[in-house]
Amino acid sequence: MSTQITNEDLELSVLDLDADSPKAAHRASEERASVSKPRGEAVARLSSLDTLESEAIHIIREVVAEFEKPALLFSGGKDSVVMLHLATKAFWPGKVPFPVLHVDTGHNFPEVIEFRDRTVERLGLKLVVGSVQEFIDRGELAERADGTRNPLQTVPLLDAIERNKFDAVFGGGRRDEDKARAKERILSLRDEFGQWDPRNQRPELWNLYNGRHTVGQHVRAFPISNWTELDVWRYIEREGIDLPGLYYAHDREVFARDGMWRAVGEVSQPREHEDVITKTVRYRTVGDMSCTGAVESGAATVRDVVIEVAASTITERGATRADDRISEAAMEDRKKDGYF
Amino acid sequence: MSTDTFLPGPDLASAALPTTLFRFATAGSVDDGKSTLVGRLLHDSKAILADQLDAVARTSADRGFGGSGATGTQAIDLALLTDGLRAEREQGITIDVAYRYFATDRRSFILADCPGHVQYTKNTVTGASTADAVVVLIDARKGVLEQTRRHLSVLKLLRVAHVVVAVNKIDLVDFSEAVFRGIEADVRKVGRELGLGADGVTDLLVIPVSALDGDNVVDRSARTPWYGGPAMLEVLESLPAADELESDLESFRFPVQLVIRPQGALAPDALAGGLDARQYRDYRAYAGQITEGSVKVGDSVSVLTPGQAPRTTTVTGIDFAGAELSEAVAPQSVALRLADEFDVARGDTIAAAGTIREASADLYAALCWLSPKPLREGAKVLVKHGTRTVQAMVRNVTGKLDLASFRLEPTTTLELNDIGNAQLRLAAPLPLENYLHHRRTGAFLVIDPLDGNTLAAGLVSDHPGDHEDERYSI
Repeated sequence: MSTQITNEDLELSVLDLDADSPKAAHRASEERASVSKPRGEAVARLSSLDTLESEAIHIIREVVAEFEKPALLFSGGKDSVVMLHLATKAFWPGKVPFPVLHVDTGHNFPEVIEFRDRTVERLGLKLVVGSVQEFIDRGELAERADGTRNPLQTVPLLDAIERNKFDAVFGGGRRDEDKARAKERILSLRDEFGQWDPRNQRPELWNLYNGRHTVGQHVRAFPISNWTELDVWRYIEREGIDLPGLYYAHDREVFARDGMWRAVGEVSQPREHEDVITKTVRYRTVGDMSCTGAVESGAATVRDVVIEVAASTITERGATRADDRISEAAMEDRKKDGYF
Repeated sequence: MSTDTFLPGPDLASAALPTTLFRFATAGSVDDGKSTLVGRLLHDSKAILADQLDAVARTSADRGFGGSGATGTQAIDLALLTDGLRAEREQGITIDVAYRYFATDRRSFILADCPGHVQYTKNTVTGASTADAVVVLIDARKGVLEQTRRHLSVLKLLRVAHVVVAVNKIDLVDFSEAVFRGIEADVRKVGRELGLGADGVTDLLVIPVSALDGDNVVDRSARTPWYGGPAMLEVLESLPAADELESDLESFRFPVQLVIRPQGALAPDALAGGLDARQYRDYRAYAGQITEGSVKVGDSVSVLTPGQAPRTTTVTGIDFAGAELSEAVAPQSVALRLADEFDVARGDTIAAAGTIREASADLYAALCWLSPKPLREGAKVLVKHGTRTVQAMVRNVTGKLDLASFRLEPTTTLELNDIGNAQLRLAAPLPLENYLHHRRTGAFLVIDPLDGNTLAAGLVSDHPGDHEDERYSI
């Protein structure tokens, strides 16, 4: 069906009522003619990585310009390492103008903590640590039956944000990681309790980011929202970014649990029927040792990893995170409670 | 039929080859198969990984999707791939814009999947604001509906470069060419009425598809031999992105985000890398993202500080993280050095010399109202434009667009999902430019000063309401 409308009685658009009139067309072509100046060779179109990098740097600068006290969540994991790299590029030759914040579960891989400290030292940054262990010691958090400490990070995170009066917290979250994160905004408002309200989010238009918030609220900023896992790895390769060694293939003592290879460590011990074997593995995500699994892989260099990720038929969280296997909406539920 | 044919998928050896980025959004009415089309695109371009597909297959089976005789991808509900929130899966509807990512050998795609039935204007405006192209779905059995007209007029208003109309469920009209041609003619008629596809800014394509079976989605279908055009994905792979179209046509614009002036507080890693501290003692550069056009070292530029006449100077350097560039193009984020030591700050705009007019405190605009809280004349709001936010008062609302008839109706208020014209008085001038010619510097947000929520998407217009009487005619 179509309603009959004649050209005579039309209003074409609110913006330009006479867009089709010769006068308007002339005005438009005049404006174009006056602005296009002769150029030498055409500027090469940006690659997708350049475009994503540029977008992320724009967002990082916006947040620094508009907020009083931002901080960057930095775990030593690849996404947060890429975030920090982008921040150094955004403010070059000046220092990164905000501290980094790490929520330490107490079950982190020792080499990742060592990498974290080395990076912070190299860039001359201030490191704020929120400790899950301290909260457990004080009786303010209880160990879970399954031993996983990932979901316990929320309370120390919110405590650190409140104590340090951070009004914006950068995270390396990406929309391709999880279906709840696919609905996340680049600037995401959190209430006094750190909660995310997915049904009541601000529309995000053009590249205008609305970070206004009231006292007690804060904003989570996700500058690499639009990157995929493959983009992150291609960027790490292109920029020559240093990562903790466990992202690359190495021999490790592991045992099978929940269809994943778990590392043998102080907090991650095999049960009676679980056999320990040595495998060549690497990690696709680096979280809490108690819930992060390794994948069998011979990818020893960043090039190998790029090819492996491009060929992968399983998502990084599906492959390596026990905490996301709890239910279909595990991530959504954690995020609503204030998780990253 | 193309159910069994897939893209070759990203070639492993080319995994690191540079691709370009293309952003597109989908818009459609209720039940026109939009989620299925998105699911099909993701599935056939192998963007759905095994564990995601397993989860969808489990849920599909729980809900009795497919049933006996269903095979292959028909056995699963592709729509489930895009519904991210618990409430969406429970209610079987899509509530919010979801972003999806997939890639071919030539392009990386960002897809903004915009739900059609709840707050369609809000979602379409949001998705279209950053899109290089928008795919609008039409059910072949229903043809052009009122909501199709609404979508197309929103896309025209937002100046989306490419509009691709997918006439879906073509299998349910027996792949009839006559049905397709009829709908195509109706779409083109609406396009002409709107000036869509005929204004030199936008173009309009119409494709017959079956999202469920995959006809003309990724591959050309043998079941539509009368259609000689490309499949949907071919179109999306080959259309020029908005930045490609605009970088040569539009003049250089650079809203200053912040001033980089380390004054001795240089980055330790830069110093370790051999940065000469003495050389950078007085370093001063203006950081921002090029919103339009391009800039070269030696270019003459105007610096516009609102409230002052533009000042002219020369670009002496384009810096990006230690690299000195000779030229930069939208949308690059860079830092510019200028010949003269002007007092330049956040909120100022650097532009190709002589191309920018003085800032104005009178704002005439189209507003897409996105909040349940209605707009009232006399309201005090905030206007966020470029890198500046100022207070503003709504002087009057001069009309509301009837999206179905493309006419303006008299009104003094705008409600959720309304689009209308308004005149605002700003507390401080802004470098406003006509949205028709400047998609970034012609756009702004209207923000509620009480809770900080975004109330409207604003498009700057040149019209000071001189056609007011005409607009009120119905």
